[in-house]
This record gives sequence, structure tokens and C-alpha cells, in this order.
Amino acid sequence: MFSGFMVNAWIVASLAAVVGGAVGFFVVMRGASFVAHAIPNGSFAGAAGAALVGASTLAGLGVFSVGGALGIGLLGRRSRRDVATALTLVFMLGLGALFLSFSAENSEAAYSLLFGEVLGISSNEIGPTLVLSALGLLMLGLLWRPLLLDSVLPGRAPGRRTLAIELAFLLLVAITTTMTVPVVGTTLIFTLMIAPAASARALTARPGLALLLSAAIALMTVWGAIALSYTTNWPVGFFVGSLGACAYALSRVAHWSSGG
Amino acid sequence: MELAQPPTAPLSDGGAATTDRVLQLAGVTVDLGGRRILDDVSFSLRAGELTGLIGSNGAGKTTLLRVILGLLAPTRGAVTVAGPDPRHSVGYVPQKFMLDPDLPVRARDLVALGIDGHHLGVARPSRERRERVTRMLDAVGAGRFADTRVGRLSGGEQQRVLIAHALISHPRLLLLDEPLANLDLRSAREAVDLLARIAREQRIAVMISAHEMNALLPVMDRVVYLAEGRAACGPADEVVRADVLSRLYGHRVEVIRAGERVLVVAGEGDDAEPSHPHHHDSEER
Repeated sequence: MFSGFMVNAWIVASLAAVVGGAVGFFVVMRGASFVAHAIPNGSFAGAAGAALVGASTLAGLGVFSVGGALGIGLLGRRSRRDVATALTLVFMLGLGALFLSFSAENSEAAYSLLFGEVLGISSNEIGPTLVLSALGLLMLGLLWRPLLLDSVLPGRAPGRRTLAIELAFLLLVAITTTMTVPVVGTTLIFTLMIAPAASARALTARPGLALLLSAAIALMTVWGAIALSYTTNWPVGFFVGSLGACAYALSRVAHWSSGG
Repeated sequence: MELAQPPTAPLSDGGAATTDRVLQLAGVTVDLGGRRILDDVSFSLRAGELTGLIGSNGAGKTTLLRVILGLLAPTRGAVTVAGPDPRHSVGYVPQKFMLDPDLPVRARDLVALGIDGHHLGVARPSRERRERVTRMLDAVGAGRFADTRVGRLSGGEQQRVLIAHALISHPRLLLLDEPLANLDLRSAREAVDLLARIAREQRIAVMISAHEMNALLPVMDRVVYLAEGRAACGPADEVVRADVLSRLYGHRVEVIRAGERVLVVAGEGDDAEPSHPHHHDSEER
């Protein structure tokens, strides 16, 4: 289970889980689940486009998720954020449909983008994933206080500063998307960006601890899923999804039984 | 335009020394979407005083607060906040806050964010920092729920935490937008007493906006009365008078005193019905 190509899977999946869980803390804090749905789903088009022109999947995901983040941030400045998010998403999905129609080997590639292909991760994805995790964690550390303040008491800073904080947050979601989609796919990204954070906040009232706990739960989810998938030969996506849901259910029970 | 004063500058009581001024507005006019919201508003606030910003909904109170906070530039006129760093000399407590009950943020976390929440990086935890937060929470009577999630607190309790959040950075001016609007009578009285005490003990200027002035009458040193975008400013007994307010509203109003309470009503010649020009429940822009 820990030899050969599996080592790549463990490393990339663990990094994606830690960053996804940590960034997910702010996704839940800011009520930005829809954004965390739209950017990964829209970035699907980037991966399809990359396959078409022979570029790397990560590059395609990166370009489109950053583009989506900028679109949502800048359009959302003057209109409702959910509307800006929806329109950015449909525009990107439209491009994705176009790219897929040009592409010959679409169905298998599309499946791995939708549900991830953690066991098929190659060693040349480790480098970029390491760089992206370092970047994501560095940004999180730097932005910790302003992002937390803006998430609790939004709109208190002058307009330019508020926009800068929102764009930085969206960029974090884009970075997370780029490294997480190859592992769990676009449809299951919530299992790393929502479920661990939602579980963590039920377990502790301390913000810093909640973020660390969220990253830890995401890591457990991914490790458990890979191990179970390896032994049963069932898809990783099934285990990631159900373990995420279990973590959330258990945390609610713990929260409820502790009288909170 | 006066320059920075140290927060400990001595107060020359009653002498209205200009050195005590922490905020000065001179001829502030704001036009929004072709409408004049504020019209040539001038007044100043002094350290250690509690000022009521009184006006009906739509009179321009929130706009005025946004101008003072630097979130909105006036069309004409000048706002001068004393202090080396004006942006951080003003503490602000917003009108409404609906905090998620599951938010993983305790009262003490929110107050700590008031110290340096706009700084990059992670704050280094220290005993000194922790004690400073505890002292601040105790000072506003919020010590006993320091470790409770902020979203689980009542409106009055959340307000105390937000006051502590605003005060802990030692602002020279504390602005509160309708802090009494959603409080029951007892909580409102407690909040007003607390704010009056803060103004005097911490030697800062406190300005409270309200559409109803009676809760503030016993404690406020001065009133800024807004109507039709214009402002009258001074001690309550000099401003809340029929002649002054009639000029402000541009039509005749009467000031009726009933015991401790004051009612401002439309005078004869207008509707016979005694409407309260400054008493509506509708939402302010």
C-alpha cells in the first residue's frame, strides 16, 4: 500500500487534504460554499482545455481557477456575489463543454476530473503540489488576522481593503482547487473544503484550533479513503464522500451531547 | 485643523479648549444619487463627552457616521480626526450584527482582533495580551462570557463585546450606530450608563446615534440634532427647543416636556395629528 506509485498518491493527497481543510475553515466562516463549488467546477474547463492543447492538467486547472476567482471577485464588487459566482461558473462550464467536444478521449478524462484519480497521480505532480501547498499555507498565515476579522465583522474596512481581502480569499480557494481536483475531483471537493471545517467548528470555539482541527480531519478522511479504496478496490470518491459525511455527523453528535 | 494630542491630554472642563477636540466637521455636504443627504454640517466633539446624534430614520445619521469613519468622502467640507493615525483613532460599533451561533470565535477572540486584527501574520499569544483582553471585557461588564461563542450571546451581550472590541485599541472617538435600537429598557439604560462612564473614565469622545433621544437625555453632554440633512449642535436644553428645531425642520414643530421625557411633534399649521418626526421603525439607508 506504500510502495511505488502509491507513495505519490499519499504525498499529493495529504498535501491537498491539509490545505483544503485549512482553507475550508474560511470558506465556512465566510458562507462561501457556493464559491467553493463554482471555482472547482469551472476549473474543469481548464483541465479539458489543457488536455486539448497538450498542456499539463495542473496548469489548466490553475489558470481557470484563478480566472474564476478574479471573475467572481471583480463582478461581485458591484452586484450580488451569488449571481456573480453563478455567471462566472456557467461561462466557464460553457467553455468546458466546447473543449470536451473537440477532444477525442473525453469520457475517461472527464470521469477522473469529476471524481478524482488519486491512485493515478504521477510523480511529476509532486513538485507543483508542494509549491502550491507552501504558497497556500503561507498566504493563510499572513492573512490569518485580517481574514478572520473580515469574516466575523464583514465590510468594516474601506472599500479597497475589503476587495483586497476578498480577492486574496478567492485566490486561496483557487490554489486549493488546483491541487485538490486531481485528488478528489471537482464534484467531491466539498468533502475536503466543507465537511472537515464544518465538523471542526462544532468541536471547538477557538478559531485557531478549529482551523488546525479542520486540516487534521481532512487528512484523516483522505488517508482513510485511500486505505479503504486500496483494500476493497472500490472508488476513492465513495470513501472520501462517506467519511466526510461521517465526520460531520459525529461532530454534531459530540457537540449536541456536550450541551453546546 | 488641530494636530495630534496625546490621549492623556488634560481636560480643561467647560473651557471648551480647542485642544480637547477629537473630531471636527466643517461644512460637510454629501450628495448621493442627486439627493442632498447632508447639508453644510459643522460640529466638533471633545474628549470625555458623550454626544447624542439624534434624527429620524433617513435624516442622514448613518451617512454622517460613514463620513466620519472615512468610508464615504463628503461632496464638500472637511472632516478632521485628531491623532497620529486617524483611521485607527475611531472605534465603531455597527448597528446590526447577526453573528452565526456556530461561529468558532469566543468573545475574547473578537476583542483580541480589536488590538491588531488588521495586521498581517499570526499574533503571538502572551499572558500580557490575554490579561489585556480580560481587563477590557471586565471593564464593559462582559467578563463572565469571555469564553462563550459570540454568536450565542444576546444582543446586549454582543454589543458589550463589540464595544470592548472597539475600545481595546484606545481610540479617541467611539461611534455607535443605534446601539439602543434592539435593547429592552433595562439593557438600554445599562448600555447608556456604561458608555457615559467610558467617555469620562477613558477620556474619549463617545457619539451615539439614536432616533429617540429620551434614553440619552440624562447622560448626554451635547446633542447633534439632524433633520432634513441639516444639523443643530449644542447642549440638549439649547438645541431641543421649538425655535431651533423649527428652523431645522423648515416648518413649525413643538417640543413637549412630560416629566423627564421630551417629545418633538409637528406644530400647528401642519397636520393636526401629532406625528413624531423622529420616530419611525422603518429601515434607514
